[in-house]
Amino acid sequence: MTQLRADRPDRLGFVPVSPNPQPAVEVSGLVKRYGSKTAVDGLDLVQQPGTVLALLGPNGAGKTTTVEICEGFRQADDGSVRVLGMAPGCEALRPRIGVMPQGGGGYPGIRAEEMLNLVAACAANPLDPKWLIEVLGLGGAARTPYKRLSGGQQQRLSLACALIGRPELVFLDEPTAGMDPQARRLVWDLVAALKDDGVAVLLTTHLMDEAEALADDVVIIDEGRVVAQGSPAELTAHRADDQQLRFRARPGLDLSLLSAALPEGLKVREATKGAYVVEGLIDPQVVSTVTSWCAQQGVLAEELTVAKRSLEDVFLELTGRELRS
Amino acid sequence: MTTFAPGTFKPAPGRGSLPRMLFVHARTEAMLTLRNGEQILLTVIIPLALLVALSVMSVIPMPEPRVGSATARIFALAIISSAFTGQAIALGFDRRYGVLKRLSASALPRWLLVAGRVCGALVVVALQILLLAVTALVLGWRFPLSGLPWVVLLIVLGTLTFGALGVLLGGALRAEIVLALANIIWFVLLMVGGVALSVPVGFVHLLPSAALAQALETSVVHGTAPGVGPVAVLVAWGVVAGALATRTTKLT
Repeated sequence: MTQLRADRPDRLGFVPVSPNPQPAVEVSGLVKRYGSKTAVDGLDLVQQPGTVLALLGPNGAGKTTTVEICEGFRQADDGSVRVLGMAPGCEALRPRIGVMPQGGGGYPGIRAEEMLNLVAACAANPLDPKWLIEVLGLGGAARTPYKRLSGGQQQRLSLACALIGRPELVFLDEPTAGMDPQARRLVWDLVAALKDDGVAVLLTTHLMDEAEALADDVVIIDEGRVVAQGSPAELTAHRADDQQLRFRARPGLDLSLLSAALPEGLKVREATKGAYVVEGLIDPQVVSTVTSWCAQQGVLAEELTVAKRSLEDVFLELTGRELRS
Repeated sequence: MTTFAPGTFKPAPGRGSLPRMLFVHARTEAMLTLRNGEQILLTVIIPLALLVALSVMSVIPMPEPRVGSATARIFALAIISSAFTGQAIALGFDRRYGVLKRLSASALPRWLLVAGRVCGALVVVALQILLLAVTALVLGWRFPLSGLPWVVLLIVLGTLTFGALGVLLGGALRAEIVLALANIIWFVLLMVGGVALSVPVGFVHLLPSAALAQALETSVVHGTAPGVGPVAVLVAWGVVAGALATRTTKLT
């Protein structure tokens, strides 16, 4: 777990202490088209050095395209991108960044340790490959050919390759995809350690808890545009009247009586089959009203909880609830 | 708190030394080829078997001195096997497994990515030629030493030309298609491309396979400089393939 940082510049207009710190990543007006499809449509984002930024969005939102343009793998059609103040992909920049491409990468026949040694040889001051292999739980697979590693092991090796050169900035494209819960925890721990040591991390994810746990800043993108950005706390900040009471009960209850019994300004709906949500200012009186109404209906309210909005709620509100093809 | 001591990941970026990067990359490429059973079959076992067959089976037409002619042709075949077919297939699957993307995201400069592969291929070709040459000597080959510099030059030129053709094929298509095409082309070149047998058809001389076999035959058998024609054919194929490959090769 990460310690809370007291020295974080706050967001109400405080200027960070160092004068004109160069952003780790600065993207403005980025546009990328594939044929007639616009994958990234005028995207702006700024990542301060030493911070963790999560690009959050549904599949096909333009996360990977954006990251791959920053990494120098793709050319932007319009807009400007500066990474550590330099043009993406230039030879002077590459030693300073660490990249974990989506799905990893390695020679099919190479052993895990050989792959890491090869990437380590490209760096001036690499971390100890043997140590890193052990840290990532690949000790037992060090001599396994790349193509025989599991998806999660390939991902961990790829992460090792991204970190081995002691970069200033790390791009992690869906770093925990295909990983088991233990490996996911390890990645979270690594990202926290990187941040504590002053490494900036830009990661993409569609996992809300990941963004919420790791990121200083979350940029939610959808259809190639930024739809919201801020700290997880800001994005989920609730006004006093923006709370939810949720409970489960028999589906299809008639809510009109409850609606009438609730104070002005509170709304109740059946969000999904059997899952009811009361939205507004939730106080003990409201909870009591709901439970007594349930009693009158002869139903038992299960899993009754009062919660603020989660990042998932924000995400679904902004990007819609329907599955898209 | 994380489980890592503070400062563990403190940034200290920088590019490794160029000679070391080149050495490690080339060693990796060569090692992976030599460890791959199918590659060994294609680049070593089949050429060795054909060398013995062409040298001792008099039913196969072969100019005298028989072992010398066979050796020259099998040198050409070994180069085609390894630099063209082997390289194309390896590249096709390397792209599938994302290694080019992985390496081009590291501090390895792009030119070194190519140079490492070329050096790795040259090491493998050198080992093949050594093994074949020793076998040929055992079979009675008498090598006029005056041809040595030309042979070395032709081996390097052949490796570069067929390597460029291999990259052109392996860098653009899907791995399975590369696998099929690279083997078919190898077989066609061996049978009718002027490698195993001389084919007295005009345009065959314009194929890089016939040009390499013919040039090597001059230097290996007679110990003299190869003709300008075959060398020009090889260079032209290499330059065109290389220029096209830089446009068509995809990382994944």
